[in-house]
Amino acid sequence: MQSNDIRKLLTAVAALGLMMVFLIVSAIGLIVMVQFQPEILTNWFADSKEEVPAVEVQVVDEEWTDEKIEEVGLVQGEGLQLVLANCTNCHSAKLVTQNRFTREGWIQVIRWMQETQGFWDLGSNEDPIVDYLSTHFAPEAKGRRKPLEVEWYSLE
Amino acid sequence: MSSYFSGIIRKFVKKERRSFIKKISLASFASVLGAEIVFAENMPKGYLPVFLEDQDNLKSLGKDPALKVLNDRPWNVETPIHLLDDKVTPAEKMFLRNNGLLPEKIDPSNWTLTIKGESVSQEKTYTLAELKSKFKTHTYQLTLECGGNGRGEFYPPAEGNQWGQGAVSCATWTGIRVKDLLDDVGINNDAVYVGYHGTDAHLSGDPSKESISRGIPIDKAKQDETLIAFQMNGKDIPMAHGYPLRLVAGGFPASASGKWINGLSIRNKIHDGSKMESPSYRVPIEPVEPGERSPDENMRIIESMPVKSIITYPKSGAEFSFGKNLDIRGHAWAGEEMISKVAYSIDFGTTWHACQLDAPVNRFAWQHFKANIKFPKKGYYEVWAMATDDQGRSQPMVVPGWNPKGYLNNACHRIAVKVI
Repeated sequence: MQSNDIRKLLTAVAALGLMMVFLIVSAIGLIVMVQFQPEILTNWFADSKEEVPAVEVQVVDEEWTDEKIEEVGLVQGEGLQLVLANCTNCHSAKLVTQNRFTREGWIQVIRWMQETQGFWDLGSNEDPIVDYLSTHFAPEAKGRRKPLEVEWYSLE
Repeated sequence: MSSYFSGIIRKFVKKERRSFIKKISLASFASVLGAEIVFAENMPKGYLPVFLEDQDNLKSLGKDPALKVLNDRPWNVETPIHLLDDKVTPAEKMFLRNNGLLPEKIDPSNWTLTIKGESVSQEKTYTLAELKSKFKTHTYQLTLECGGNGRGEFYPPAEGNQWGQGAVSCATWTGIRVKDLLDDVGINNDAVYVGYHGTDAHLSGDPSKESISRGIPIDKAKQDETLIAFQMNGKDIPMAHGYPLRLVAGGFPASASGKWINGLSIRNKIHDGSKMESPSYRVPIEPVEPGERSPDENMRIIESMPVKSIITYPKSGAEFSFGKNLDIRGHAWAGEEMISKVAYSIDFGTTWHACQLDAPVNRFAWQHFKANIKFPKKGYYEVWAMATDDQGRSQPMVVPGWNPKGYLNNACHRIAVKVI
């Protein structure tokens, strides 16, 4: 290997090292900035969001395991992912699974949330969501009073 | 990749939840998760998205783990009836009905209460310390029952948390009289309603929305027992129940008793805050067929709650030997009225027998009843309790008149027992 080549290699390594140092310093600077003034990122994020219609942006929830879905009372089926993405941002899934409505009833609840609670327009996702809800969470006739559900125990 | 980072964040959050939130924005959560959060800019600072929620929260709310979580955002937690056996409901067994997010970071030394509205001559602000020192304090046991208690039994189903019968409590509340406060502020003769304002953020995170801002008619506000409370059962009000200040209006739906309050509006018309509008906390004036829509003009605001009773001992499902008598006990209340009698039946209402009934400790406190029951033969029985108020109104044995939001179910409570 020529000394010329070694010099070139050293120059390249030095340049690369300088770039690395620069990148690390910038990253640290950015982290410090966000730590002290998180609004910078929030503002940037909010600005950039304005162009995106809400209907197409959905939360991908990494934590919806089958166990958790069962625990909150949801059932597997077509439309479940849309329900998870749209109906669990403000309130928990348990508020959904406690209730029972017909198709019209679920639409009424969605309209109430849109009119008074700041819920977004579901666009073309509304139909599959309402289908899912009215299929799996439909009213069941229970009469004027149901029989008691009893867990027996021995009274001392 | 993103799940790896969210895993790290979650572990870290458990350790340093509060300090961590102060330092990081939701936008940066979204960037590490690789997904945007819809309306993230609307989420209040310091609120964790649902997927990062700590499931051990029931304990951190100071609640008995046997309570039933109907909803964890907002918190709606019901007390199993047998856990309501105490004469005065302890904090850990008190049902929880929140409409918004729990406020974070409450600093009592900087807490103020501002009295404003069309019917005050001049807006006035008090510090917490001033309220405690300037006015005489009073203590009452007051029954607070959720307007939707019992909703789960209505058919067709009504929208909302599907409460059983356990959204009721009677704790000891200490505070100052609202009327003393209003006298000090000076209110005009045209005052009609007192609306409250609290610091619990709206679920949508929209800071321009109040999660709930209801209130009480001025006559209710002027009752001796209507308090701006700062203590429950002799201690600071627990965080989940409105620390450091809440309105307490016994006998009215509990939603009238605002939590975490920092403002009162003295209105010259019926207060028009959040959840004062129809159909919230309203029932039809002219009764409607089950499932029928009721126009807004046919809806009235619920004031005094109806007559009701619960059997808190024994827990439903008791088996015991033939020949042994059964002691039962429980509580009865009737909104702003007194209970005049409580009866029990072990034959599905064919015959009724009087229970021994205590007088209330004070107005709007629930009354305790007990009885000793002899069973004629072995078998399955249901013990039903029926209270009657001093206006002669009793509890229905079936679910009462249907209403769009499923309020005021005061059907008789019943427990199952087996004599073996």
